[in-house]
Amino acid sequence: MSLYQLQKFLFDINRDPATQRQYRDGLDALLERYDLTDEERGAIATRDLGLIYVLGANGQLVMHYAAFLGVPWPEYIAALRAGIVKYGQVRAGVYTMTTRLDEKVAGV
Amino acid sequence: MSLVFAGICSHAPGITGRAALADPALSGPFYEAFRGMGAALEAARPDALVVVAAEHFANFFMNNMPSFAVGMADRYEGPIEDPAWLGIARTQVPGNARLSGRLIREMMQSVDLAFAEEWKFDHGIMVPLNFLTPRYDLPIVPVNINCQGPPLAPLQRVWAFGEALRRAADALPERIALVGTGGISHWPATPDSGKVNVAWDLEFLDRWQANDRAALLSYTDLDTYRDGGQGGFEIRTFVSIAAAAKGKGAVQHYRPIPIFSVGCTIGTMSIGS
Repeated sequence: MSLYQLQKFLFDINRDPATQRQYRDGLDALLERYDLTDEERGAIATRDLGLIYVLGANGQLVMHYAAFLGVPWPEYIAALRAGIVKYGQVRAGVYTMTTRLDEKVAGV
Repeated sequence: MSLVFAGICSHAPGITGRAALADPALSGPFYEAFRGMGAALEAARPDALVVVAAEHFANFFMNNMPSFAVGMADRYEGPIEDPAWLGIARTQVPGNARLSGRLIREMMQSVDLAFAEEWKFDHGIMVPLNFLTPRYDLPIVPVNINCQGPPLAPLQRVWAFGEALRRAADALPERIALVGTGGISHWPATPDSGKVNVAWDLEFLDRWQANDRAALLSYTDLDTYRDGGQGGFEIRTFVSIAAAAKGKGAVQHYRPIPIFSVGCTIGTMSIGS
């Protein structure tokens, strides 16, 4: 159920300018709206895209969130790989990683 | 008949957002084919363009996820994504709420759908419009088939949805163009991004060009996930176009461009009866 809440946060912030302003004005107050685990809250607070990915958030939500954060594409891909190295394979959902860690599929 | 154009195209955000990272020898012919499809669309003199896309949580979420949705507004806005990231400026796109309403009422005679008077476009619609209607001067009717949040509607219901679209388009006095956007095999938004199963894609495109209903509907989501990745669920949009157009397809462009994360596809289909 909590993964649903994590994804709901991503859904809201990716599409809603008011939520984006709240994110910048005070993250703690914004996150009060979601029933998150400490791990999920920490992943958002530290901008740990790799952990958000490993927790099972839909890749499209993670990708658009990274765009909102201004993370360039090669760094985004590197962050997800780093997440796999640190936390292990994706724990839920359909966006599991199927390529090797050293396999730069598209050159990044 | 009032369906005057049918086609399919890729919509991956890298097509515009990562243009600078692509080999021009690969991206150039693809962009040319994409713009060529825009010229063919314009030559069909449509009054409105129905875009059947597979969105990525721009509007719909697992709190209330419709399998099928149709927009019913006089204007839309997009992209939701950071414009610099997508390489497309945020803008307003014209719609036609009354035309949408007539289309929806007719479709409802045979299929269930959600309608939406608010709708934000993500790359699933904005990337195609960037090439097909770059002046944003043609009213758009956005349509979504849920390909992201399982459970997903099975393919036979996607086919029925496409048939309903056709019947509704034919019932309108306006000239309607129809474009399905999505990917065939791809593993987007992850370190797998760029992986493409070319053999699986070509087999799918053969079935699509032949408009072989039985072969198109024989894919299961388990098979698609194994062979075509989570992005492969988007074959739903292309299948709906075959059901609506009822003709034979022609693929003008297919080639994987890894940095774009997809086998870049442009196809059109004749309007059959």
